[in-house]
Amino acid sequence: MKRLFPILSILTAVFLAYALHLALGKSTPTDAQQGEVYRIIYYHVPSAWTAFLLFFVNFIASIQYLVSRKPSTQAAAKWVVLAIGVVGVVACFLPAVQRLIPAGMRPSAVATTVLLIPIFYFLIGWLFPGDRLDVLAVTTAEVGVVFCTIVLVTGPIWARPVWGIWWAPGDIRLTSTLVLWLIYVSYLVLRRFSSSAQTQMLAAALAVFGALDVPLVYLSIWYFRTQHPQPVIGGGGSMDPRMLHVLLISWMAFLCFAFLVCWSRFRLELLHREVEEAHAMESLAGEGVAAKASLPLNRGPR
Amino acid sequence: MNGIKFLFAAYIATWVIHGVYLGSLVRRFGKLRRELKEVGKGK
Amino acid sequence: MTLATLVKDIRLEWRSKDALNSMLFFSLLVVVIFSFSFDPLAEESRHIVGGLIWVAFLFAAVVALNQTWARELRNQVLDAYRVSPAPANALFLAKALGNFIFVSVLEALMTPLFVIFYNLRVLGPAWQLIPVAVLGTWALVVNGTFFAAMSLRTRSRELMLPLLLFPISIPAVLSMVAATTSILTGEESAHFWIVLLLTYDVVFTTACLALFGMILHAE
Repeated sequence: MKRLFPILSILTAVFLAYALHLALGKSTPTDAQQGEVYRIIYYHVPSAWTAFLLFFVNFIASIQYLVSRKPSTQAAAKWVVLAIGVVGVVACFLPAVQRLIPAGMRPSAVATTVLLIPIFYFLIGWLFPGDRLDVLAVTTAEVGVVFCTIVLVTGPIWARPVWGIWWAPGDIRLTSTLVLWLIYVSYLVLRRFSSSAQTQMLAAALAVFGALDVPLVYLSIWYFRTQHPQPVIGGGGSMDPRMLHVLLISWMAFLCFAFLVCWSRFRLELLHREVEEAHAMESLAGEGVAAKASLPLNRGPR
Repeated sequence: MNGIKFLFAAYIATWVIHGVYLGSLVRRFGKLRRELKEVGKGK
Repeated sequence: MTLATLVKDIRLEWRSKDALNSMLFFSLLVVVIFSFSFDPLAEESRHIVGGLIWVAFLFAAVVALNQTWARELRNQVLDAYRVSPAPANALFLAKALGNFIFVSVLEALMTPLFVIFYNLRVLGPAWQLIPVAVLGTWALVVNGTFFAAMSLRTRSRELMLPLLLFPISIPAVLSMVAATTSILTGEESAHFWIVLLLTYDVVFTTACLALFGMILHAE
């Protein structure tokens, strides 16, 4: 395992360099309206997609952590998730539901996306048993915040030359991203400041609250937008296929990078818990009165 | 063109943020490994 | 059981009038300070007042919520609740309802101050302000009570509550402010916002009731 990491790092670095080369190079045309500045999209959008994916994983891990406390809730949750998968996929092919799907999206694409929910749920539950769910949660939250910060920094940098303004409160994408960022920063603050032995569960509950909030945030800003028309930062509409191609490649490169960063953070968290346990064992063994740690296990600040 | 300034600002900002985070990870790793050694010696 | 807890809480608050009085004074201060921030005679002020009112209510609510569990914590009442067979939900509901009544009283007392200082006149359907106030206050109080319980064992407890509450409350606050502004200016319909507030309340009341048991036993 340990030798794999440097090799993967080098590969990822090469991949990122290649993506950068494509993003700035001649293979992608210059945007007719925006000029060269539009190329920020190749960093802005992949960072956003990565952040949302990481937060989604955090949400799944948090729910699993919460339901794993009792076997009855765990079994119930499994059935609910399966039901979501089945109903979601079937519904996409019913004419009544198909009318609700926005134009441009094929029902099979939506069905595949819905199918990802149970797939992720069972994959994560299988790969990260027990306490590792919580380690995964804190890892994805932290790395997600990093990527989300990048979205919020590159967004205004992009908006300024294109629209003349740094920020538009009705811009649904940037504003919802800001709220998501705020929720997860508060999640990380809770983890750091909480000294209770049950910090993990409290944080998981907060993550669930955050996830419930996201559609409401989206709805509220969407309606606000209809009342106060504002520019859409980041542009909408269809894309030149060459641009889309480079965008996806850039995303793949950043996903590899994110994966490696998460792996590092995951190992860091495991090391942290190992050190805590070592402290606890030391004080249990009664080696000297001046033990550093005090029971119960302090999961808070280092 | 003016836009290029912003383009590079965005790209540089991205890697600065990633760099700061990775740096903090390296620092935390070092601190924990030292701590682990100390606890090991204490026994 | 909920009713008994609720009645007990209200009676205790009533007896300790200091809390109520200091909060009233705080609310008055907030209104006065905000009144210096812009010219209340200008016509545009009607567009801003909705936001200002709810920010003032939000601060008052946070001050009230911060000491919501303080008394229980001081007298180790929470341990008794944990051991008792009573459902955790009952305790939560009682606390939330108590807070709701308390904050509503604060709002009812602050509103005439706002009307006076900002020379308010409602141009839209004024009765709609009641569901907005009720639903909006409940949105803040239900999550606030929950997060106050969550913050109990954290460092900087008083800071932790608004830190956790504000991000999650953003859609509710946006709805309250937009609805109030719509009603005051009479320019748009507040219907969507009221429905959104109702949805928010239903979703988060359910979530709080479902997860409170876990929070209570989280020590």
